[in-house]
Amino acid sequence: MKWIALIAVTLTGSLLLVGVGDFPEWGDAHSAANEGPKLESGEQIATAVSQSFLTDTDELTQVPNVVTAVLADYRGYDTMFETVVIFAAGLAIFAILRVFGGDEVKPMRAPEDDTFCEGDHSRIIIGTTCKLLIPIIQLFALYVIAHGHHSPGGGFQGGVIMGASFILLAIARDLKSALDWFSEKTFMRLASVGILIYAGFGVLCQFFERNFLDYGALKTVMFSSEQMARSYAMLGVEIGVAFTVTAIMFAIYANLSSRGELKQGL
Amino acid sequence: MREFLEQSIQPYFNYWVYVILMMIGLWATIAKNNLIKKLIGMSIFQTAIILFYVSVGVKKDSKIPIIPHQVEEHHAAEDGNHAGGHGEHGAKRVTEKHVIEPDKFANPLPHVLMLTAIVVGVSTLGVALAVVQMLFKEFGTLEEDEILAQIKTADSASLDV
Repeated sequence: MKWIALIAVTLTGSLLLVGVGDFPEWGDAHSAANEGPKLESGEQIATAVSQSFLTDTDELTQVPNVVTAVLADYRGYDTMFETVVIFAAGLAIFAILRVFGGDEVKPMRAPEDDTFCEGDHSRIIIGTTCKLLIPIIQLFALYVIAHGHHSPGGGFQGGVIMGASFILLAIARDLKSALDWFSEKTFMRLASVGILIYAGFGVLCQFFERNFLDYGALKTVMFSSEQMARSYAMLGVEIGVAFTVTAIMFAIYANLSSRGELKQGL
Repeated sequence: MREFLEQSIQPYFNYWVYVILMMIGLWATIAKNNLIKKLIGMSIFQTAIILFYVSVGVKKDSKIPIIPHQVEEHHAAEDGNHAGGHGEHGAKRVTEKHVIEPDKFANPLPHVLMLTAIVVGVSTLGVALAVVQMLFKEFGTLEEDEILAQIKTADSASLDV
């Protein structure tokens, strides 16, 4: 078995390495991927779509961060269903692992170790550090989400940071105290609400006789120009994405660490 | 040797690394017996593809694809107060559109594609870990051959009955 695998891997690897020679050189601004396909003579056949992303985004959407503009507006459908994929992953983990009540499995840790108590010296440093760190992490997450179209950031990144803050709480203390903050009902609801926000922006555009997710239609609702309406709608959509990602990241951790019982963590 | 290094490896270094990383991942997914190691291999494979996409989008001496409002700064010097009235600025920008050179900014498209791929990768890894955890609950082992042997004996036992 291992010999077959080795042969397959070396064969595929060497074929790919032969192909590497045909790639554009590293950092070549005039490669086909960056500028569009060219003939052997150097004559340009077509312009790459990324060129127009760079030149037109500022004019069309007033969003400085082109990555966010492409993510939430140009490729709005893609991002929406990407969010649905994350939601579906959360549902799949719920369906595979979650068990309800019933038979008490033997606890992974002695019960007196379970909660953070005053006498437990080994956890004082961790507990205090987390108490200080978690609000800062969450503030940073909110900044990354809200500032996503002006600086590097956005819904996915901010959502993951936000989810990580809850996971940190669950690791440092126990799953129960994290679930007190962010119960299962809340995070499953939050995940659905995130997608509904995203799809809601799309449907709202249809009420103004424009295409699904054509944010320019929202200018009358947002009391602004069509460009700024796109910018604001992108922020709204990113918030929806952040809701889903936060909830599902924590749901994945909570279910995996407690074998689907959501009683005790690691 | 030196010639080979300078001509074939140096300009394509990222691509060599991506192929090597990808093959490490592929090797782990095929040949490793432990299911967790297989998943680690899958993650390495995915990281290699992310490296490939990002390498394609690189332009020499370019900045990140965040284009500041140059016109706005220009106006700020003129009329001091520009806290509100983004709409007016929008109108002004159309009239005096400044030229953006795409060569000065990195290609945004691979970044967008990989941004979503990373998060989706995390959630698929989560599902895979959940499945592995259920397998461990069922069979008490993570070694693939032991699980297969257990399934085989269970099958033959049920046929005998």
